[in-house]
Amino acid sequence: MSEIHAEYADGWSEQEPPHPQQGPAPASSSAVTPADAADAARLVSFGLQPKLLPARDAEYTELLRRYREDPVFARLADAVATGLGLVVLEVSPRAGMAVTAGEDSVFAVRMGDYARRASPDSADRFLHGLAHLAVAAMAFPRPEDLADDAYIGRLTVNGVDAFVRQACLRLEQRADEQGENTDPASDAPGLEAGWRIYARRSATGATKDARRLAGSTTGIVGKAAAFLTDSGFLQRTGDEGGGSYRTTARYQLQVRDMAGSAAMAELLELGVVPVSDGTATLVPPPEGDDLELAADAGLPFHA
Amino acid sequence: MTSPASTDLAPPQLSAAPRPAQGPAADEGLARRLRALACTAPLHDLDARKANLAGEYTVYAMAEVALSAIDLVTLNMDFDTGADHEQIVARLLPRVAAQAPSRPTAEHERVARWVLENLINVGSVDRGFRAVYGTFGTDGVYVRRDYDFKLIEEVPGYGGGVYLRTTDEAVNVLVGALDTDVTSAQIAAEVKLEVLISRGRLADAQLAAEQARYRTVQYAETLRKTLEATRRNVRAVDWLQAVPDMIDEALDHVADRYRHENAILTNIRKARDEAEDQEHKRRAAELVDIVKDCIRRHTQLQSRLLEAGPLFRAEQDRQAFAAPTAYTGLDLYGQLVAPILPLPVEQAGKVTDAFFAHGTGLRTPASVRLGDLVDLLLTPPVEREHLGAEMPEPDLIATPDDSRFSEEQLASAMRLLDLEHDAPRRLSGLLAEARLLDGDLPYLVALLAVHAASPPVGTAYRQGEERLLFAVDDGTPLDDPEFGGADLIVGTALLDAVGMAADRSEST
Repeated sequence: MSEIHAEYADGWSEQEPPHPQQGPAPASSSAVTPADAADAARLVSFGLQPKLLPARDAEYTELLRRYREDPVFARLADAVATGLGLVVLEVSPRAGMAVTAGEDSVFAVRMGDYARRASPDSADRFLHGLAHLAVAAMAFPRPEDLADDAYIGRLTVNGVDAFVRQACLRLEQRADEQGENTDPASDAPGLEAGWRIYARRSATGATKDARRLAGSTTGIVGKAAAFLTDSGFLQRTGDEGGGSYRTTARYQLQVRDMAGSAAMAELLELGVVPVSDGTATLVPPPEGDDLELAADAGLPFHA
Repeated sequence: MTSPASTDLAPPQLSAAPRPAQGPAADEGLARRLRALACTAPLHDLDARKANLAGEYTVYAMAEVALSAIDLVTLNMDFDTGADHEQIVARLLPRVAAQAPSRPTAEHERVARWVLENLINVGSVDRGFRAVYGTFGTDGVYVRRDYDFKLIEEVPGYGGGVYLRTTDEAVNVLVGALDTDVTSAQIAAEVKLEVLISRGRLADAQLAAEQARYRTVQYAETLRKTLEATRRNVRAVDWLQAVPDMIDEALDHVADRYRHENAILTNIRKARDEAEDQEHKRRAAELVDIVKDCIRRHTQLQSRLLEAGPLFRAEQDRQAFAAPTAYTGLDLYGQLVAPILPLPVEQAGKVTDAFFAHGTGLRTPASVRLGDLVDLLLTPPVEREHLGAEMPEPDLIATPDDSRFSEEQLASAMRLLDLEHDAPRRLSGLLAEARLLDGDLPYLVALLAVHAASPPVGTAYRQGEERLLFAVDDGTPLDDPEFGGADLIVGTALLDAVGMAADRSEST
C-alpha cells in the first residue's frame, strides 16, 4: 500500500508545480496535535464520498495540498485510513483521496447485500460478478487504456451485453466445430460452462412497468453500471444503448490496482495461466486458434 | 454382450481444459434429433395445458396459433428491431377469432397473449425452455443432459423498447429443415420454385416461395450477427483479407440472389398475366408479393454491407493515430474475461467473486439514530412534483359569433339537399323552396350547390362515405331574382363503400 502511495505521490508532484502558499504545514511537522488528527480524518472522510470532486471543494483541495507537502500529515492520514479498514490507492488532484474498502472492512460491499437473488443461486452470483468484469473490460479494452492515466473509457449497457454475448457465441461456435456436447449433466449444474449460463439468460424482457427486467442480462449489467455510478466510478452521460457511461480516474485505479490483480490471483490459483505480452490483442493474429481469443478483445463501439 | 469397461462415475474434472467430446458419433446424431424433437415440445404442451386454464378453452387450437405467431414474428424481423409485441397479438386475433367466432373479443386477445407469453416462457428467469435427454459417453456411462433453448426471445430495441425475435431453433422447427446449411437450402428452395412455376403448379410454388423467404430472413439474421460482431472487433480482425473477403462474398451472394429473384419475379408476373384461372391468378399475385419482399430484404442486407467498410476505416484511423503508451497493464479481456468464460461456473464464480469484492469500491454503512427514525416515520410523505408547476388558468375571451348562417339554417339547407339518389332537382326549384322557409336560406343552398359542382370525391373515398352530393351544369340559365348563372342539376350519388374499403386495404 505504501509503495503504491509513494509511486503516485511522485507522479503527482511532477504534474503540478509546488504550491506557493504555505499553510499550517511547518507547525505540524514538529509534533502531531489533535487538530492534525482531525484534519487527517477529515481528508479521509472526503475520500469516503467518492462522487465529490476535489476541484469543487476548497477545503478538500487544501487538505490534498497539505497531504502532498507535509509527509507527517500524509502518514497520519494514511494511518487513519488504514485504521478504518481502508486502502489508499492514490492521493492526487484528479482522483482526490482515492480510498477503497479493504477485505472484511465495514465499508466493503457484499454480494448478498448487492443482489438478494445472488447468494443462494450460484448462476446469478456468477452473472453479477461477470457483469462487473465485463464493464471493466469494455471500459478499458486495451492494456494501454488501463495503464494510461489520461484515458477515459466509454461504454453502454447494451454494448457490454452484446460484447459478452459475442464472446459466448464464439465459444459456442468453437464447441460446435469440435463436436463437443456442451449440455451440462443434469445432476451437476456447477460444471456448466460460464458462457452457457450467460448465453442462456435472456437479454431483456417485457415488464409490467416498462422497467428493465432485473433478471435479464441487460438488467444485470445495468445494475452494475448504476452501482458503479454510485461508487463514483462511472458517470452517466446519456440514455442511448440502455444507458451510456464514462469512466472516472478512481475506476481506473480500482480496476488496475485492486480488482484486476485480485481476480488474476484467483485465476492463477485455479491453475489457469493466461499469458499476455500486453500487445497480443492489438495486432492481427497470425492464424488459427489465436484468432478466437484475440478477435474478441472487444472495443467500445462508437457509432 | 459387451460390458462397459467401468461403470464407476468418473470424478468431476476440475481442470481448465475443455471437456473432451462426449459420446460416439452414432449417439451424437440421436442427441441432435432429440434436441430437434424437444423444440416442438412447447407447442404440444400448449394444447395439453389449455385444459388447466380457467374457462373453456378446448375449442382453440393452441399449437396452430403458436406456429402462426412464430410465422408472424419471423416475417416481421428486420435488421435493427424485431417484431412488436402488441402488433403480433393484433395480427394473431383474426385467426384466434376464426377458431371460436361466438366468443368475446377479450377472450380471443387473452388466448393470443397466453400463447405468445408461453412461447417466450415468461414464467422462467431465463425465459426459455429446458429439455432433459440422455447420451452414452465414450466410457459407456449414461449421462443425462439439459438442453436449453428458446423459441421467441425478447431483444432490446432503440429507445428502450423490447422487441421479439424468433431464434434459429424456432425457424428450424418452423421450416422443418433441421440442421441444414442456410445457403444451400435457399438455393434448393429457389430451384424448386422455378421448376414448379414452369410446370404451372402454383399451389406448391407458393409454399416453396414462403420457405425461401424464411431462409432469406434466416440468412440476413446470420449476417447481421456477424456484422455486429466484426464492428466491435475491428482491432483484431484481419482487415487486409478476411473482412473484405467476407463482405465481397456477402455482396456477391446478394447480387446473385437479386438476379435470381428478379428472374423469378419476371416469370411469376408472366404466369400471373397469362393465367386463365382466377385462383391461379390470385396465387401468382401473392407470389409476386413474397418475392418482392425477398428482394427488399436483400437490398436492406446490401446497404448494411456497404456501410461496414467506412465504419472499419473510421475505427482503424482512430486507433492508428492514438499515441502509444510506454508501459502496458493488465489485458482485462484477454487475461480475465476470455479465460473464465469456458470454465465451469463453480470455478469461474470464484474469479468473478474476487473481481466483484475488489472492484465495487466502498459503501458507507448507514447508521440509524432512533430520534431520526421517529422523525422520518412521522414526516408526511412529500408530494412528488412530477407534474411540474401549476398551469395558470387561461383567460379566455368569448369570440363573437360572426357566422353568416346559423346551425338551424344549415340543418334545414341540408334537409333540402337530402335528395333521393334517383330524383335530382333543378337549383331554381330548390331556391324557391328555400325562400319559403327563410329569407337567408337561398344563399346557403346556392353556396352548397356551387360547392357540389366540384364534389370532394377523394375525401369521400378516403372516409368511405356512402352518399355524395353533386351538381351538373347542363347549359340551362338560372332564372332567379337574386342569383344568376346556370340552373344546376343537383343530385345525390350513391358510392360503393364496401368496394372502396376493399380497394383501400389493398393499396396500403
